[in-house]
Amino acid sequence: MTAPHAISLRGVTKRFGEITAVDGLDLDVPEGTCVGLLGPNGAGKSTTMKMLTAQAIADAGEIRVLGFEVPADSKQARALCGVVPQLDNLDVELTARQNLAVFARLYRVPRHQRRHAVDYALGIANLVERADTPVDKLSGGMRRRLLIARGLVHKPRLLLLDEPTVGLDPQVRQELWALIDALRTEGTSILMSTHYIEEAERLADTVAIMDHGRVVARGRPAELVRRHAGVETLEVYGPPPQLAEVRRAAESAGYRVRRTGTAVAILGAEAANGELPEGIRRAASLEDVFVLLTGEEVE
Amino acid sequence: MTATTAGRLRRRLHRLEPAAITGVMSRDVTNFKTFWKTTTFSSILDPTIYLLAFGLGLGTIVAAVEGMEYVQYVGTGMVATAVLFSSVFSAMYGVFIKHRFQRTYDAILAAPVDVEELVTAEVAWLGARAGLYGAAPLLVTMVFGLDPAWGMLLVPFIGAVTAFGFAGLGVFAASVVSKIDHFSYIQSALITPLFLVSGTFFPIDGLPQGAQIASNFNPLYHCVELVRHAVFGLETIDLYHFSVLVGFALLTWRLAIWRMEKRLIE
Repeated sequence: MTAPHAISLRGVTKRFGEITAVDGLDLDVPEGTCVGLLGPNGAGKSTTMKMLTAQAIADAGEIRVLGFEVPADSKQARALCGVVPQLDNLDVELTARQNLAVFARLYRVPRHQRRHAVDYALGIANLVERADTPVDKLSGGMRRRLLIARGLVHKPRLLLLDEPTVGLDPQVRQELWALIDALRTEGTSILMSTHYIEEAERLADTVAIMDHGRVVARGRPAELVRRHAGVETLEVYGPPPQLAEVRRAAESAGYRVRRTGTAVAILGAEAANGELPEGIRRAASLEDVFVLLTGEEVE
Repeated sequence: MTATTAGRLRRRLHRLEPAAITGVMSRDVTNFKTFWKTTTFSSILDPTIYLLAFGLGLGTIVAAVEGMEYVQYVGTGMVATAVLFSSVFSAMYGVFIKHRFQRTYDAILAAPVDVEELVTAEVAWLGARAGLYGAAPLLVTMVFGLDPAWGMLLVPFIGAVTAFGFAGLGVFAASVVSKIDHFSYIQSALITPLFLVSGTFFPIDGLPQGAQIASNFNPLYHCVELVRHAVFGLETIDLYHFSVLVGFALLTWRLAIWRMEKRLIE
């Protein structure tokens, strides 16, 4: 069991009828690192996550999880993985402790260690005080923490997080980031799908940007920014007709440009030599890279 | 890494692992603890009302059927009704809701549990529960004057075997329908006829011959016969009744697994 990679995908393809959700995907998660899978809705992130636990079966390609071939030896791999789903599927009438106890059994924690495992998970979720509260009486943030703790009750070597903080308050989100960061520091390998760019930027050692079922760019967040968006971005604000004009001028001067909703963002502005209009200069961001690579239009 | 994790790795995981099955059942049992009172309440009250209505109502017209007091005839027959409803409806609605609305199965299948183990656990739990609760009408009928008999101890067992079959049928139904309303088709076109033409309320030998033959394909009829015989005296033909129930349970169990795999694994 000396897998160099916690996860390794080669040429993985998954079709649903006419739609190709995942299209020849190559992806590696080195042991002990956190890889962020970033992409717009429909990029194939969730399908990829499902294939890792054999809840979706690839049409082509090779998948290895913790050295086990998936789907053939998926059950073996699943025993060592923790999965945190995008949608809350806790048993709402059971208490926090009961939810964890059921999954401690499902994850084959030996009987004499189950109590300890549940206490450990309650500690992670910071829910020791609320251990005996039914889930439907817990707040949204508490439920999400419990959902994460449920995936950790057996101390997995690999954690699969599918949009871990979607729909949460900034405070709760930051609390969860701290939790995920702590796990990574302890050596747990993590694959996290997200469409929050800041989340990937803060947590991931490397980021893979997915679009239309394939990885279009990968690397450390700062490296991706430098490679694709340069150092500085100039944001020019103004009425739409003027923005269209600014955009045309910048593009014909050879700059890459993206819309940010209310402004036009000119990338690589550090190279400008007085030919660019007035605007607000800021550091280039992963969001610039993301929009540049996955398109401005929402599909 | 803990020693536990490494220890678990050394052993190869197989199909139909008892640990996976009991793990899923432990979830069912833990949940059941939150609603057992309502289940117990209705499983006692329902047969009581039926027996009052049929026994005191119809019983004034029908004195005895097949040598039994009508109350006792209906009361013993209703074991099968209780088993049927408790298994097939819990399976249909419960499985559909857990799959589609609560997404419970997504979480379970992310753990080292296969669809085969999941379905087996659900059927085993619902079967055992329905077998136990299926004995309730018998207890109620005893209040209405049925004499105790040793054979009655077999009734929960007969009920459980029947319920495995109907729970499997319910899981199969849940894996076939696309909308929860579609259960109405199954309920009206399948369950209601099975329930009425099973020899619970009237003997099937009064029916046209075609219906009598058809009854042999109704597992519930075999359950009714077995329960009555367990209470009033077993016969050789009961081996046949029992075999049909076992066959039905095996068939629906495999069908449920086959369809649920299609439903749960994309």
